Amino acid sequence: MDPVTHPAGAAGPLVEADGLMVHFPILGGILQRRRGSVRAVDGVSLSIQRGETVGLVGESGCGKSTLGRAMIKLREPTGGSARFDGRDLARLSARELRRLRRRMQIIFQDPYGSLDPRMSVGDIVAEPIQTHRLASGRAKHERVRELLRLVGLDPVFAARYPHEFSGGQRQRIGVARALAVEPEFIVCDEPISALDVSIQGQVLNLLIDLRRELGLTYLFIAHDLAVVRHVSDRVGVMYLGRLVEIGASRRVYALPAHPDTRALLSAVPVADPAVERRRRRVILAGDVPSPANPPPGCRFHTRCWLYERLGRPENCRTVEPELRPVGADQRAACHYAEAALTSDVGVVRPADAAPRDAH
Amino acid sequence: MTTQVPAPAVVDVLAARPVVTPRRDALRRLRRNRLAVVGAIVVVVLLAMAVLGPALAPWHYRVQDLEALRANGNRPLPPLSPDHLLGTDQLGRDLFSRLLDGAQISVTVAVVVQVVVLLIGVPVGAAAGWFGGRTDNLLMRFTDVVYAFPDLLFIILLGVAFRETAIGEAMNGLLLIFLAIGLTGWVTMARLVRGQVLSLKESEFVEAARAIGVSDFRIVVRHILPNAIGPVIVAVTLGIPSAILAEATLSFIGIGVQSPRASWGSLIDDGTRWMQSEPHLVVFPALALAIALMSFTFLGDGLRDALDPKLRGRQ
Ligand SMILES: Nc1ncnc2c1ncn2[C@@H]1O[C@H](COP(=O)(O)OP(=O)(O)OP(=O)(O)O)[C@@H](O)[C@H]1O
Ligand code: SF4
Ligand SMILES: [Mg+2]
Repeated sequence: MDPVTHPAGAAGPLVEADGLMVHFPILGGILQRRRGSVRAVDGVSLSIQRGETVGLVGESGCGKSTLGRAMIKLREPTGGSARFDGRDLARLSARELRRLRRRMQIIFQDPYGSLDPRMSVGDIVAEPIQTHRLASGRAKHERVRELLRLVGLDPVFAARYPHEFSGGQRQRIGVARALAVEPEFIVCDEPISALDVSIQGQVLNLLIDLRRELGLTYLFIAHDLAVVRHVSDRVGVMYLGRLVEIGASRRVYALPAHPDTRALLSAVPVADPAVERRRRRVILAGDVPSPANPPPGCRFHTRCWLYERLGRPENCRTVEPELRPVGADQRAACHYAEAALTSDVGVVRPADAAPRDAH
Repeated sequence: MTTQVPAPAVVDVLAARPVVTPRRDALRRLRRNRLAVVGAIVVVVLLAMAVLGPALAPWHYRVQDLEALRANGNRPLPPLSPDHLLGTDQLGRDLFSRLLDGAQISVTVAVVVQVVVLLIGVPVGAAAGWFGGRTDNLLMRFTDVVYAFPDLLFIILLGVAFRETAIGEAMNGLLLIFLAIGLTGWVTMARLVRGQVLSLKESEFVEAARAIGVSDFRIVVRHILPNAIGPVIVAVTLGIPSAILAEATLSFIGIGVQSPRASWGSLIDDGTRWMQSEPHLVVFPALALAIALMSFTFLGDGLRDALDPKLRGRQ
């Protein structure tokens, strides 16, 4: 059997990043010499099991898209490794990698930029089929029609061009293109955030339905924590190129262990006014530091509310915290995660929340 | 399938409409722009004049109607003279026929210059944009040097250096002039194409093609080039008037087209000597030049709007 195109079996995670780094060079001067680097992703380890959906959140520019792209080798890692089904992507030949692309796909945020304006919808959806010689002639056209139907579009629109469609419809076209190769893993890079609020739900439901029907594995990147909670089994939080917390969605949302997670959650409005009254909200002070020059020690310390509350402990400035277990199926990179866990910022205090957690 | 999500009502409206390809959409928008349509018509007329010129011309451009000249006291014939619609010059040559010859020269200059510009500018720009890094640096510093060098000086130097060679003698020395103009003009095209390729290379649809496993070659051919072509067409159209003007300027200052051939620039130059008594010798060639420049500019501006992807699909 072909080891590239056929799954090795259920053993081990489907996708795995190990100390993954992506640094972009900053060039300057007339000679375009390297002046430094943007550490977009700076040592992230993350594994995703078959059939699992891992949500990824974090402020704009923290490296979510870059991580997602590096995991399917659309970005060249500058350190660490990305593995797919046990195979190190860096070790594959260009040819092997192209064949492996059948198994991993990506859905983009921008439904306008992600479709070639000069190709018809039919050609766009047919391109993966042609590239991997999955079908030709009539069978190809039939497959394109089937895919369009699968994403809720009328197949008669295959002859039309992207500019004739609305944002939501274009996003469906992008989904059909990703599904054309029958992938196992899809990076969904903020697939609904550019859409009209009224159609976000439709596209989200489509992705959820497809996941169930086709047994897909997702890395689901989003700004909106409520959306991520809705779709993810586990959720990861990034800050300045690092994964600062990861754990089962239920845990992370109920008991966030990293001050950044709590700050992000406190920005999300809660429907229940009783909960809203009992929790404390924090607004992160200042701007995100430059990923070209992250703060020493804990990268979050320049904006951390807990650091301030604890009287600016020295180790926050000098020792970079590693991800460590802070509960069942939950890890956080904070020296004072235990203090964060019992705080009332972002969510209600665990003591108050306990009875609510029961149901 | 259970995933059938009710499609929004827009789709039903769409079903009733004819398919609008990007090209048809661009044409539609071009047609709505009146100036551009007028420009296009004049451009077509100009092309026809250039191609059919010798057949249309009542006189050969170098033939002197000495009889009529003598009858007019050896002075240029005024417009609306019998046999000479726009009059003649001081040598009795038919001005209308000479303007037609000028049209041929202008169109030739436009074509030769833009071919040179495309042949050099597109590959250089595409290579710089696609390969990036060192290649980009090298090519772009080279274009900077060409850009910084004074065009006129370069053209004159080339003219002097190659005067005695086969290229220098081809077409009465015209070919050399045209090549020289092209050799100074490709820089802008290279920069434009580089910018296009750079931004298209980073576009999400190219990233999508990479994710699918499409080869680099096919990405360039299927995605990058077709999307870069619009701005190139606009640049070519808008580059034509400057090429025509450059030739006219060179001919006006006497280092371009030589007698007996009649460029609009050299016609204006000749005419200035008679400007007081026979203004038509300056007015008509100047008018021809102005109309040609304006129509290409109008057409180019119209194409720019029509091919702008951001405006695609708009009414
Ligand atoms: N191709 C690139 N070249 C240079 N820098 C880049 C490149 N792509 C991303 N970056 C930088 O890397 C950092 C991370 O960017 P990334 O797009 O991954 O963030 P993100 O978390 O997806 O943000 P957003 O939520 O806005 O999509 C940013 O500082 C960005 O400017
Ligand atoms: S390690 Fe210190 S600065 Fe970093 S998140 Fe924890 S408390 Fe805040
Ligand atoms: Mg992003």
